[in-house]
Amino acid sequence: MTLTLDQVTLKPGARTHIHETSLTLEKGTMNVLLGPTLAGKTSLMRLMAGLDRPTAGRVLWNGEDVTGMRVQDRGIAMVYQQFINYPSMTVYDNIASPMRLMGLDAGEIDTRVRETAGLMKLTPMLDRKPLELSGGQQQRCALARALVKNAGLVLLDEPLANLDYKLREELRAEIPRIFEASGSIFVYATTEPEEALLLGGNCATLWEGRVTQFGPTAEVYRKPADATTARVFSDPPMNFLRLEKRGDTFRSAEGDNIPATVLGGGLGDGTYLAGFRPNHLTLEAAGPAAIRFDTTLVVTEITGSETFVHLDHAGERWVGLIHGVRKLEPGGTLPVHLDPARIYLFAEDGRLVAGAPYAEAA
Amino acid sequence: MSDTIPETVLSSRDMTIETPRRAARRFRPSGSAVVMGLYLLFLMLPIYWLLNMSLKTNSEILGTFSLWPRNLTLANYEKILTDASWYMGYVNSLIYVVMNTAISLAVALPAAYAFSRYSFVGDKHLFFWLLTNRMAPPAVFALPFFQLYSSIGLFDTHIAVALAHCLFNVPLAVWILEGFMRGVPREIDETAYIDGYSFPRFFIRIFMPLIASGIGVAAFFCFMFSWVELLLSRTLTSVDAKPIAATMTRTVGAAGVDWGVLAAAGMLTIVPGALVIWFVRNYIAKGFALGRV
Repeated sequence: MTLTLDQVTLKPGARTHIHETSLTLEKGTMNVLLGPTLAGKTSLMRLMAGLDRPTAGRVLWNGEDVTGMRVQDRGIAMVYQQFINYPSMTVYDNIASPMRLMGLDAGEIDTRVRETAGLMKLTPMLDRKPLELSGGQQQRCALARALVKNAGLVLLDEPLANLDYKLREELRAEIPRIFEASGSIFVYATTEPEEALLLGGNCATLWEGRVTQFGPTAEVYRKPADATTARVFSDPPMNFLRLEKRGDTFRSAEGDNIPATVLGGGLGDGTYLAGFRPNHLTLEAAGPAAIRFDTTLVVTEITGSETFVHLDHAGERWVGLIHGVRKLEPGGTLPVHLDPARIYLFAEDGRLVAGAPYAEAA
Repeated sequence: MSDTIPETVLSSRDMTIETPRRAARRFRPSGSAVVMGLYLLFLMLPIYWLLNMSLKTNSEILGTFSLWPRNLTLANYEKILTDASWYMGYVNSLIYVVMNTAISLAVALPAAYAFSRYSFVGDKHLFFWLLTNRMAPPAVFALPFFQLYSSIGLFDTHIAVALAHCLFNVPLAVWILEGFMRGVPREIDETAYIDGYSFPRFFIRIFMPLIASGIGVAAFFCFMFSWVELLLSRTLTSVDAKPIAATMTRTVGAAGVDWGVLAAAGMLTIVPGALVIWFVRNYIAKGFALGRV
């Protein structure tokens, strides 16, 4: 079982929703589509489902062209961000309905409905209508309906986005478990980098209708191919600093100097974009090589165990994630430190030229 | 200021409040009850008077002023329910009203679905144009319909009236149903297709139960309009499909107007409408809440 998008584009009007994209999803893989809202996650998913027809290109299932095939004949399953169930049917009938349409006999339907309901902790609610359930239960019902048919392709479009924190944690833990058991191709769209990392598998980062990188999730996170991917796959967003390389020194417009011996020594002279993640900024120098930046503290946000510091570095906005709760006075200057091994160097066009040494080593 | 209040103060305060409140309850009815009572009185008075007349003899109706029937008689109702020229009026009316409601809904359901789900060239204009059909008075259409139906042999048939009323009822039904369908998320349609439902099966098994209240409201309005419409139904029929309203306007005999029978016929005409309202009353409230009725 493979799903292949072959040079697919989607241009419903004047605007291009999906630029030319080729992707191959293998049997039994979890594929995360990661990108901000309007990046094209749902559009791409609808193309995979066959709900929309690509403007150009082909969709292949096991090597067979299914581009123009009716949705009903595709044998897929999909769960939306909104809790979509059939309100006039009970939970039991909701879960049973795809199997009834496949013409399975009543005994098997009953066994599988009860099995899936047990997995989704819906057994006590089988006789109720979906609208009488809580949001989490409604979404579990939708998930159960999608999983019960053992579809080869299961599309989950931000299934947890409308749930409250606690339920989200609970279901997020269950989804990989269910996925392991099913052996289908899972496609999971999300806006949260953290969620992508928790789900593992493969990850495709999307930005403005383009897949910027596709590969194993941890690898995409550690070795982003370009600045856009790094920006998408970092929450809070990655910090950037423009550097000019002259001889053996990287110089920023703000007057920071970084010796080339600790940072991309083999690169030619020119302009580079240094990127580093918020959690790598520290208040104390971590080692002798640490670079010191003088910034102005704008705002602090305390999450409980961590402190977000919003910094102003000569006009550029940075975010730092500091462990522990710190009492810091906004408005004052705050020196922050950065280990140069944590810096990604991008060329001016956004291409990665030197990965962060710590990530390369891992 | 002390925060403890002496026992005596508490008890005395209780007394001064209790007494006038009890008095008020005894002597002054609430303002809203009065208004409501008057409203209902004015609303029900004509209907009561109709009922009153229908249970009197003609001589009592014409001879004396009485608030209730002195010689209670059911003869007027008996005449209507036994005389074919009377009761067939109800049968005819019901036949074409039911036909019209069925046709209107059968046509309006797919149309409303198309308007709510697809965008096509001129969809908004077409939707508005449908509504403009309701803006012309029925009299405008009486002559062309009469000529058209006469020439193709549909004159004086139930289907003729049912079709003529579609001109007004289909736009109304489309308008109401579209509002209800718009409230159903499109994702439900797509989920059903993904689950393997074909369009007709999805429409009947999943979609129609979702907009059941809308269908109820639309059916109600089609029924009511067709039931009370007089001009077209009278123009398009003569004997075989003559509606009750037309029968009622032709009761002036040689002996003058038969007031009692006419009143009884009026009472019986209210019954079907009242029954339909009783059945769809909850849906109507929902329809108003959704803002399309």
